[in-house]
Order: sequence, then structure tokens, then C-alpha cells
Amino acid sequence: MKIIKMMTLSLGVVLATQMTQAADSGFTLATVNPEADRTALQNYFKKRFPESEVQDYVNGIYAVDADSRAQWEEIEEFPPYEFAVEEGEELFNTPFANGKGYADCFENGGVGIRQNFPYWSKEEGTVKTLEMEINECREANGEQPLKWGKGEIAKVSAYMAWTSRDQVFDVKIPEGDTAAMAAYLDGKKFFYAKRGQLNLSCANCHVQGTNIRIRADLPSPQLGHVSHFPVFRSKWGDLGTLHRRYSGCHKDSRSKPLKPQTETFRNLEYFQTYMSNGLVVNGPGARK
Amino acid sequence: MQKLKTSFYAAGLMAMLSAGTAQAVDKAELIAMGKAVYLNKSKGNCVSCHQIEDADATQAGNQGPPIVAMKQRFPDKAVLRAQVWDATVNNPLTIMPPLGKHWILSEQEIDAVVEYVYQF
Ligand code: HEC
Ligand code: HEC
Repeated sequence: MKIIKMMTLSLGVVLATQMTQAADSGFTLATVNPEADRTALQNYFKKRFPESEVQDYVNGIYAVDADSRAQWEEIEEFPPYEFAVEEGEELFNTPFANGKGYADCFENGGVGIRQNFPYWSKEEGTVKTLEMEINECREANGEQPLKWGKGEIAKVSAYMAWTSRDQVFDVKIPEGDTAAMAAYLDGKKFFYAKRGQLNLSCANCHVQGTNIRIRADLPSPQLGHVSHFPVFRSKWGDLGTLHRRYSGCHKDSRSKPLKPQTETFRNLEYFQTYMSNGLVVNGPGARK
Repeated sequence: MQKLKTSFYAAGLMAMLSAGTAQAVDKAELIAMGKAVYLNKSKGNCVSCHQIEDADATQAGNQGPPIVAMKQRFPDKAVLRAQVWDATVNNPLTIMPPLGKHWILSEQEIDAVVEYVYQF
């Protein structure tokens, strides 16, 4: 039975079908238009939740669910991520063995730059995320890379987000760069493809299923998904990165998660962040 | 893959046949099993999306319609069973998992949960 189950899982992934929602630009390089997708998504949520302001979507489920919002506002009065930000600052400012530090690896000394991630690197032909560059910085300076999901990397990332609060996301897909567009499209397809034993797409829960209960859980709108990462989840009791959350959502839908920072997860982050262009950085955030 | 499928169906058939000769389980047992399937997170987990008038179905979700007036809405039980077996036939984009098609439940568990919800 165990074997059969495993096979079903992989079968589900292979058979994953793509699906469209909202009036967007489709799933081929010939038709895909990120700006049209972004507008379509915003309009979809405007129609669905006419009371909610677009800028408020950085607050996830609390932008659309008045009931849990009050609880959350209480949590935010004594933010559970406060210590993590302080520790992150300390880690950020502690020199590596060679005397260099994170500040030497990033533009503007690493301060106020969270909104520039992820970005398409033409030279490397791939999407670069903040966490990826944190580890690249370490390795370039002779340090061991950090684990991706939680701990030090989340703290450093949280501090960098903190210094970037209220900066506006403006992820770019360079004009005429087919490879960058293909990366966006890959992320978009991944978001809408059904997968796993439960045959669920991200869109099933975070577009159609937004703010509708799955048992006691309320899935958030995908608009604004990335803005507040890394996030302190009460359920985790600590801070986690975006890709940690991606893994969690895979497990909830009984599909096997990819490894954090694999190309497809980075493409997914590229797509999701593009969808949130125009919103502000408000990381780190707190969630139930 | 084909081989695996055939042997799976064969096994299912065997199970059904042997259940048949043993006069299957009686209806009350089937309904009890169906209720467990409905509530159990690692089985049907129907409760995560459907409300039902059963005191044990606490914290039911509402992704799907409430389970009410089943007999009126599904005069043909086979149509109800087909919805549970593979909801994507009616709606490819549905959030409801294909419980039979993806082997989340056994054929008998599907019969059981159908009997259980058919009471409401
Ligand atoms: C079975 C339903 C389900 C599926 C499928 C699902 N999620 Fe989730 N997701 C949830 C729930 C429930 C939460 C927690 C509540 C919330 O949204 O904050 C969540 C949380 C998240 C968050 C954090 C939101 C926040 O504000 O902190 C992100 C990002 C996310 N999901 C992305 C994804 C992506 C990408 C996929 C597909 C790979 C996916 N999810 C698939 C149900 C789902
Ligand atoms: C993750 C959510 C989810 C789960 C789990 C789920 N359903 Fe559904 N179900 C739905 C949705 C949504 C619909 C609405 C039809 C559609 O989406 O096409 C539906 C439709 C139905 C219908 C048709 C109702 C009608 O009025 O037409 C029945 C019957 C049903 N589900 C029974 C079940 C049973 C029994 C189980 C468990 C064995 C189950 N569902 C599990 C979401 C779910």
C-alpha cells in the first residue's frame, strides 16, 4: 500500500494540469503578459472583497477576514518577531572570520534593499532570491552556508526586511528577455497546476478558496503573499522563510515538496512577487 | 504503471468478492465506517470542507456545500458516489480531491461514506 501511495503522488505531479483563473494572459510564452496577470488578479480580489484596500493585502488573511484581524492586531502590539530582528541585526553586523561581513556583499550595505528581491540575473540566467545571496555571500567569504528554512538565515533576512519596511516591490522582467519571461511563466504554471494526491493547486486555496474555511484554517489571498516574509508563525513558534512555507503547503496537500531554493521554487517566488508589485515590504510578519 | 493498476483493480475485486460471500458488512457497520471516513483527517476528511448535522463534526469547513437533503438532491445514489470518486469530472478546477481516482479511499470506504452522508 505504501508503494502504491508513493506512486500515486508522483503520478499526480506528472498529470498536473494547468488551469486558468481570473481573466489573465494564459500559459504560453506567446501570450503571457505579467502586467495583465497582475491587474487581473487585483481586479479579481477587488471584486471578491470590495471592502478591502489593495495596499492592505500585505497583511494576508487579515486583509479580508475581520474576525481574525482583531486577534492579530493584538499580537502585533508586542510583535513576536522583535527579538529575531535584533538577533538578525547582530548576526548581520558580526564580521566573518576573514573580517568581511554581509554589508560588503550587498548594494547599499544591505540596508533597505529587500524590495529588490527576487530579481532576474541576466549573467547567471536565473532568479536570485535574498536568501540565496545571503548564503552566496557567506560562501564567497569562506563561511559555511546556512540551512534554508529557519534559524540564522531567517533572522538575517528578517533584519534586512525590517530595514526595508514601506519600500515598494517593483520586480522587473527585463524587456525582450525570453529566459526571464520563461522563468516567470514557470512560476505561474506551478502556481496554477494541480498536484499531489489531493489534486490541489496553490490557486485552489489561495485564489478560489481564499477566506473560505478548510476545517479551521482560512487560506490567505495570493495577492500580497510574499510581502512580509520571513514570517513568525505561532504554529511554528519561530521564524520561517518563504520556501519553508511553500514546503508546508505542499505537505498539507499531500504532495512532495521541492527543496528550498530550487529553480522552480525561485521561479514561483518571482511570479508571486511580481503579482505583489506596487505593495510594500512589511516583513517580518506575524501569522497564526 | 498499467500493470500496477490492473493488479490494484484485481485486488479490489477480490476484496469485494470475498466481502460479498461473507455477506459484506451490515448497513450500520458501513455507516459507522463512513462516519469515520468523513471525520478522519487521513481518510476522507470531508469535514474539512463540508458542514453536516452531526454533533461530532466539529469545526467543519465550508469550501463545499453543506451536506443536506442528500436523498432529494441525489435520487440516484450512483451520481453521489461518482462525485466522491472523482469530483473533477463535474468541475476540473474543483478543490474537492478525487477520493477514488487518486486512491485516497478504498472502494469500500467510498461506499461507506456515501451511505453515511445519504442519511442527511
Ligand atoms: C490545502 C490548501 C492549500 C494549498 C493547496 C496551498 N496552501 Fe498555502 N496556505 C494554506 C493555509 C491554510 C495557509 C495558512 C493561512 C494563511 O494563508 O496565512 C497557507 C499559507 C500560505 C502562505 C503564507 C501566507 C501568509 O500570509 O503568511 C503562502 C506564501 C502560501 N500559503 C503559498 C502557497 C503556495 C505557493 C502553494 C502552492 C505550492 C500553496 N500555498 C498551496 C492553504 C493552502
Ligand atoms: C478540500 C475540500 C473538499 C473536501 C476534502 C471534500 N469536498 Fe466535497 N465538495 C467540495 C466543493 C468545493 C464542492 C462543490 C462542487 C465543486 O467544486 O465542483 C464539493 C461537492 C460535493 C458534493 C456535491 C454537493 C452538491 O450539493 O452538489 C458532495 C456530495 C460532496 N462534495 C461530498 C464529499 C465527501 C463525502 C467528501 C469526503 C469523502 C468530500 N466531499 C470532501 C470540497 C471538498
